[in-house]
Amino acid sequence: MSRLAVPKTYKLYIGGKFPRSESGRTYEVVTTNGAFLANAAKASRKDARDAVVAARSAVPGWANATAYNRGQVLYRIAELLEGRRAQFIDEIVQSEGVSTSAATQQVDEAIDRWVWYAGWADKYVQVTGNANPVSGPYFNLSVPEPTGVVAIVAPQNSSLVGFVSVVAPALVAGNTVVVLASERLPLSAITLSEVLATSDVPGGVVNILTGSAAEVAPWLASHADVNALDLTGAGALNWVDLEIAAAETLKRVLRPEGGTDPAAPSLDRITALTETKTVWHTKSLI
Amino acid sequence: MTETQKVLVPRPTALEFFDGPVTDASLRRYLEGIPGVDAVGLEQRAAGLGTRSIKTTSKKRALDTIISLIDLTTLEGADTPGKVRSLVAKAITPDASDQSTPRVAAVCVYGDMVPYAVEALGVHHARGTDSGIQVAAVATAFPSGRASLAVKLSDTADAVDAGADEIDMVIDRGAFLSGRYGQVFDEIVAVKEACRRSDGSYAHLKVILETGELNTYDNIRRASWLAIVAGGDFIKTSTGKVAPAATLPVTLLMLEVVRDWHRLTGEKIGVKPAGGIRTSKDAIKYLVTVAETVGEDWLQPDLFRFGASSLLNDVLLQRQKMTTGHYSGADYVTID
Repeated sequence: MSRLAVPKTYKLYIGGKFPRSESGRTYEVVTTNGAFLANAAKASRKDARDAVVAARSAVPGWANATAYNRGQVLYRIAELLEGRRAQFIDEIVQSEGVSTSAATQQVDEAIDRWVWYAGWADKYVQVTGNANPVSGPYFNLSVPEPTGVVAIVAPQNSSLVGFVSVVAPALVAGNTVVVLASERLPLSAITLSEVLATSDVPGGVVNILTGSAAEVAPWLASHADVNALDLTGAGALNWVDLEIAAAETLKRVLRPEGGTDPAAPSLDRITALTETKTVWHTKSLI
Repeated sequence: MTETQKVLVPRPTALEFFDGPVTDASLRRYLEGIPGVDAVGLEQRAAGLGTRSIKTTSKKRALDTIISLIDLTTLEGADTPGKVRSLVAKAITPDASDQSTPRVAAVCVYGDMVPYAVEALGVHHARGTDSGIQVAAVATAFPSGRASLAVKLSDTADAVDAGADEIDMVIDRGAFLSGRYGQVFDEIVAVKEACRRSDGSYAHLKVILETGELNTYDNIRRASWLAIVAGGDFIKTSTGKVAPAATLPVTLLMLEVVRDWHRLTGEKIGVKPAGGIRTSKDAIKYLVTVAETVGEDWLQPDLFRFGASSLLNDVLLQRQKMTTGHYSGADYVTID
């Protein structure tokens, strides 16, 4: 007996909740053959605005959590990803039209990267911070601190690995993110948002928008309450204009990356989204 | 029984609503004779007014109107002269990056902070005139109102002497809820008299009903009438210290009383929702409600105010968004 299919209409992930787009718009996510997969919300500028508000209010809690705690929370996400392997693989096979083994490889790589970045949470400060020699009886310490709210355009041609590769490093240092998922391949990002909602990540730390990056990215680039802009997946957009808009409020900008593996794992991706604070302190009180 | 015999002296225009002298008994008969409120209808009407779509051009004007109606408030136990001075600086120059930003209507502080507010305002102080920034002081043992009448009156007189242009008094909710309307009435009249300056003029009196403690819409309607009959220039929803503070249905209800009073006597009474209004979006709903209930005449500082502290920053952010075309952030307005 045939069963009636239940077509899904996914929503956005903002502030730990799953709201519909303020605009009420959706678009169809299709397979490489053009067959219907699901409906996804098409975010508007006001959704981006709401996401930034949510991300901003989550900054103090996430940035001030201990590095060890952040590492644990991130590692927990990797555990949950592992539990959803089958769903991720299935969605990648359908939406990218690749073989099961290729999809499995992508999911494994994404989980491995997540674990790798989680491990850095309580280590990157030792590596990138410094005790500076100075000509006086002072400690002079340079420590990296999170920059704040990071807006990200995720790689457009990768379902899961690309998304994980840009989101995880931003979270390690204690930033909160507003990420525009791949427009054509949003299903993995949406499933990941369901993972995040049931993990220990505080609401608002990760906010996921689906829809047109070309429409929403300019609003994030010019938003005065966004501290950094990661344009890794913005190669096909008018990214020079985005960079100019970001310069108005002195944002950090990561430029688009092409190639087969944009945003390959590296410590630099963590430190690119930090600010270095240098403090002086007397060596002795005598 | 002496209290019930005592003849009360209401505002002159209120006399015609009472047959004979106003006493506690006649006041109770009058207030309890006011028809009940249709709660469902009221809430539905308020919700309907809240859905009005405001177009960009109107929004710009609405934002400026909101700023000019704000009583910029600091009512913390930890207030200091320094904090009051920075509040006043913000009242005078809400947005240093945009000189076209209008000024707020008033600063609202505790009584002991009035001299510092007056001093900090300097030439910008209204001093009884319509132009400039007013200094409003909360008095009568704000926020609870639990003090003897003598203390309340000296609290009020003290603030007026220090230069307060407006007094925000709280009613005795305990007495009101016990049905001792005459006592509440008497207190308002006495405080009104304490607002008298040495030159014979009066500081404006705002009567705080603390609607969050009155429990029913019927009570709020009665308290509004009572405050107006007793001589309040403004009726104000809340102290901001009790939840729920101002809500749209409650403000709508009070505006309706003000509208009815205006129809009966031609007198215009002000309304001040206070507490819990934090976003421009909320504030615009109030503007719509005022315009639709009592008319646009009321959208001026003499007749409508917002009691708020964080609202101003949100309005400034919206204003910046409209001027620059991109979203602004909390780093671009002052920290309160």
